[in-house]
Parts: sequence; structure tokens; C-alpha cells
Amino acid sequence: MAQPRTLFQKIWDDHEIHDFKNGYSLLHVDRNIMHDLLGSLVFEPLDKRGMKMPNPELHFATQDHGIETETGRTDETKIAGGKAGVQGLRRKCKEYGITMFDLGDERQGICHVFTPEQGIALPGSTLICGDSHTSTIGGLGLLAWGVGLTEIEHVLATQTIVAQKPKTMRITFEGDVAPGVTAKDMILYTIGQLGAKAGNGHVIEYAGAAVRALPVEARLTMCNMSIEMAARYGMIAADDVTFDYLKDKPYAPKGELWDKALAYWRTLPTDEGAAFDREETIDATKIRPMITWGTSPQDVIGVDGRIPDPEAATSAEQKAYIERALLYTGLQPNQEIEGTPIDVAFIGSCTNARLSDLRAAAKVLKGRKVVDGIQAWCVPGSGLVKRDAEAEGIDKVFKEAGFEWREPGCSMCVSLGGDKFKQGGRAISSTNRNFENRQGVGVRTHLASPEMVAAAAVTGKITDVRKLAS
Amino acid sequence: MDEKFTTLTGVAAPLLRANIDTDALCPSRFLTRINETGKDGFGGFLFGDWRYEKDEKTPRGDFVLNQPQYQGAKFLLARDNFGCGSSREHAVWALKGYGIRCVIAPSFGEIFFNNCFKNLVLPLVLPEAQVEAIAAQLDDGGEVTVDLEAQTVTAPDGAAFAFEIDPARKEKLLKGLDDIGITMERWDEIKTWQDADRAKRPWNYLDAGQ
Ligand code: SF4
Repeated sequence: MAQPRTLFQKIWDDHEIHDFKNGYSLLHVDRNIMHDLLGSLVFEPLDKRGMKMPNPELHFATQDHGIETETGRTDETKIAGGKAGVQGLRRKCKEYGITMFDLGDERQGICHVFTPEQGIALPGSTLICGDSHTSTIGGLGLLAWGVGLTEIEHVLATQTIVAQKPKTMRITFEGDVAPGVTAKDMILYTIGQLGAKAGNGHVIEYAGAAVRALPVEARLTMCNMSIEMAARYGMIAADDVTFDYLKDKPYAPKGELWDKALAYWRTLPTDEGAAFDREETIDATKIRPMITWGTSPQDVIGVDGRIPDPEAATSAEQKAYIERALLYTGLQPNQEIEGTPIDVAFIGSCTNARLSDLRAAAKVLKGRKVVDGIQAWCVPGSGLVKRDAEAEGIDKVFKEAGFEWREPGCSMCVSLGGDKFKQGGRAISSTNRNFENRQGVGVRTHLASPEMVAAAAVTGKITDVRKLAS
Repeated sequence: MDEKFTTLTGVAAPLLRANIDTDALCPSRFLTRINETGKDGFGGFLFGDWRYEKDEKTPRGDFVLNQPQYQGAKFLLARDNFGCGSSREHAVWALKGYGIRCVIAPSFGEIFFNNCFKNLVLPLVLPEAQVEAIAAQLDDGGEVTVDLEAQTVTAPDGAAFAFEIDPARKEKLLKGLDDIGITMERWDEIKTWQDADRAKRPWNYLDAGQ
């Protein structure tokens, strides 16, 4: 019998054009997703060589990073150079024959949101994008990873990438999660347990019954934050949940091709007995609604927990680390985190701005009001998410509660555009990074699920969303 | 590409913190400026939030790169997980544009690490204790030398440390090879592979009548 292989290994083997025998391989890239930050710059090598792209039909583009998210937006950006990026990318896509979901197109949205939504990402394929959270898309059972601009130049010109083979790691969740615990809590808890460096050099496969039980959108949330453990790739094997999700999506195969694809996809999950370089287990029963207290996603506790005390640190380095984080976030050691007043509530980003996220937040918001003085925003992940949410009346729930309901884009996840929070304000955010200044100068970010963000918005402080369950 | 990386001698600046992320190396608000500056003009944005006061102009005296002994630094020393976070290659362009061609740290964020080689910047891995040993000699400035061929770093006091580097990446730096050009030499191999793959996974090719 053939050697048992992991999901990752099967995809790798089926995309390897050449093995350089030094740890690197030349891989075929099935999909490349581009955004406005690349502008026209990424096409320079093609232009210079007068080259044609071998497979423009395998490339897609959108505008998401630097654009504004206010109603009535245009190409104008408040950020210097943003408009040049938007227009440069548009011009080049036209020139090279690349499909773009542009401003004004219902399909426009955050790159990792529209890609699954359109069925552009398929199980068992390879996909790259110039954004580190491309790991998101691995939730559909493919190898998806973030790359730098120079690597994209190479993909445009050759449809291939030179990639170093990562080590494999499996994280298995044991037991069931408690009610009120989301995929965001699962992944935040995992990062807290394993640390922000744990996945360095690895591809992570998430497994276990609690993962299998997740719908596709939640799987995307989980894989999204793999990069916050320093893993470039996260993945969850495709199963019937995935296939149901993908069927009839615009770019998914149809008819006979679908059947053929399905038969292939079913061969991909990790074989019984396949070896991983590293195995970790997470006790899913221990996970509560999570919230970060510091300046790295690993600085995370349950919402019923207390802020760490540097004096209790086990090393001088750890002590300094906690002190520095607390200095920035302005929190007191040993305090309960619940009850910390907030200034800003943000629901958005490729981590948590899909329809299921907005539904979950709307459930909390319904019949409640955002506390006076709190800046509360909802930025749907794509035009389709926005449209579908509006069809269900979710926009009304948000607006009646006092949230701003905005146009799709990355917005305050990366704070590139004119979207700004109060300087130094305390934000609770459904995004993925709580780094210093990530959401604006001095802004102190607490990462949490959209439900937790909604709960904080209507109580004015960090609150255990389970207490608001209606 | 006409540039190469062989040896480098110059001032080294210690910034001994862990988890210095690419948002810190190049704050998000500068990313779109690439459309004005190109890859070479990004040095001014390096550590934008740490280097300057909130007015974005006045240098902060307490920041290492603003101290007189570290002017013209070509090396940066840091702790674990340097360059973690966002995939922005701008972080490397900012370092290189500023003049830093080598970062020495115990570990690096993977995408950043990869991006460095694409821009002929050397991310050099040394154990924490050796990073500390070199950093301890830098209070008054002092020059560090790296010899890529020999795989050694020499501290100001003359102590040399060996470092590991992937042979393929080493060769790329030494020769300054053009990635697209090299891959295009394999175009026939790529084409043959793709034709076979089309037969095997036709649904993957979107011109297959979907
Ligand atoms: S929402 Fe944030 S993490 Fe996601 S693609 Fe946009 S900038 Fe990147």
C-alpha cells in the first residue's frame, strides 16, 4: 500500500512541477488574488520584458485595502497614493485581461471574503495573495498562503512559485465547545496556548470533531488566524459541509466537471496513520469567549479572566514583555478584564465579516442601543455579504442600535484609508491583530468575536456575551 | 538584477525586542506611497511610529536609529520573531531604503524572511546569546562584518560567529539571480506539466467552458 499522506502532502505532490532537491520546489499556482495595494507596480517586470501572462484567467483582483468605506465613495482615497493604486491596478487588469471585482460591483470585497464566496478557491488547489491572512481560504481544504509583491510578479509571469516545503503540524480539538463559544474563541484560545511563534515554518491542519462541526464560514475564521501563530498556511480538510457550500458558486465547476472534481476532492483528506512533524491537542471544553489584553494575539484570556501580573512572570524577559504590553494597553495587573470601558466597537475584516458573523452580532444588538459616545462600525466583508444582510434586515438592526453600516473593504483592520478611530481610544474589534498602532496611532485593540464586540458596544464595556443571551 | 550580496561591513544598531512586526517596520498608512516612491524610495517610512514624534517629523531621541552612534546603520539586531505579522514587502523595502542590509535575530517571521531574500537583504539567524554578545559591544557604535561566502559574522571585538543559511538562498544572494528569468528557462517543463494537469483536473482551468 502507498505511504499514508497528509492533506498537505497530497496537494503539494499534485502541484509540484520540479523538485530542486534542496527543500524547495517549483509549484503550480492555481489562483492568484490581487488587491489595490499592489497597484500597477506588480506588473512592472511583465511590462519591462514585454511578456504576456500565460494564464490570465486564473487571476482575480479587487479593491479592498486602501479604499474608503463611506457611502458614496469614489476612487479618491484619504491616504496618499491610494487612488494611484486603485486606478493602476484597474488599468493593468484591463490590459492583461484579468477579472476584477471593482468598486461598484456587488462582488467587490475583502480578498479573502470574495474568493470563497465566488467559488474561485477550490479544495485541493493552490492559491496565493499578497496578504498574510490568505491562510483564511485554507478553510476550504486547499493550500492558500500570503506572499510578498516580488513573488506575485513571478506568479504573473510564470504561473508558478518557488516555495520552501513547510513542516506539518496538526492541531486536534478534543471534546465539544460550550454553547456561546465561536470559532474565533477557538483560534484565539489556541494561539494563547501555543504562542505566537508556534507555527513558524509549518502548515497547520485543524482537526477533531469540534472543527468538523463548524460551518464553512467559521472554518475560514479559524484558518484566518493561523498566521498569528506564525504559520503561513492553515487548512481544514474539505468534506460534505464544504461541498454543499461550494456547489453552484459562480466559479465552481458545474455538471460533469463538478462530479469529476468531487471524486478527486474526496481523495484528499489526510490518510489514517499519516505522520505530522508536530501534533498538538486542544481541550475544546476549556474554551470560553476570549478577549486579548496585550499587543499580540497570544496575549489572550477568557472574558471571565484576570489581566496577567508581571510580578508573577516566570522570567525577566516575560516580565518585561507583560509590562510593555500593559503599558501600551493601559490595563492594571490582576484586574478583571470584564468591565473595562471601551470607546470603539468594530465589526469587520476577513476574520469576521461574513454573513454568519453579522447575523450573530445582530442577535445581540437586536432591541439594544450602543452606549452614547461609543464609535460603533460595521463593515461587511463584501458587497454580497452586505446585500444578503440587507435582505434579512440585519442592516436595520445595526443602524437602529447605533452602528454605522458601511461599504465593504478592509477599513479599520488595517487603518489605511480615511477610516480612523479616536487616537489612543480603546477598541474592541472582530479583526485579527492587536499590534501597537495597528488600528490607528495609540489605539488599544482588544480582539474578540463579533458577538463579543456587539455585547461591548451595548454595555459600554467588555462584557461576557453569554450574560446578554436573550 | 545587477545587485549582489557578498560581504557587508558597517554600523550595527541594537533594537533588542521580540516580535517586532511589519506594521512597526512600516506602518500601514505609508503602504500606498509605493505608487509615488517605487520600491527604492521607502527608507523614510522605516519604523515610522517609533522614529518620530506624533507630528511624523521630529525625530525621537530615545529611538535607537536616531542616536548619533548608530547613524548610517547597515545592520539591525533584534530578538525573536522579527518581522512577524503582515506580508507587506514594504517592510523590507523600508529597511533597505534606509540602508539596512542585514538583520540579525534568533528567529524571523516567515513571509518577511522570504521577502528579504527577494530584495537582497540578509536575515541572519544567530542564537539569542550570540545576538546579546554582539549587542553588548555596540554602546558606542562599532562595526560588524558579515561574510556570506564564509558564513561568519564578526563582532566589533573581532569575535567571529558562524551562521547557517540555506544553500539555495545563499547562492541567490551571492549571484543576485533573476527569479523570473530562471523559471522561464523551464517554460517547456511547466507547459508539459500544465497540459497533463489539465487532463487530470480540468475544473481547475477556468477557460474549460465553465
Ligand atoms: S481585512 Fe485586514 S487582514 Fe483581511 S485582507 Fe484586509 S487588511 Fe488583510
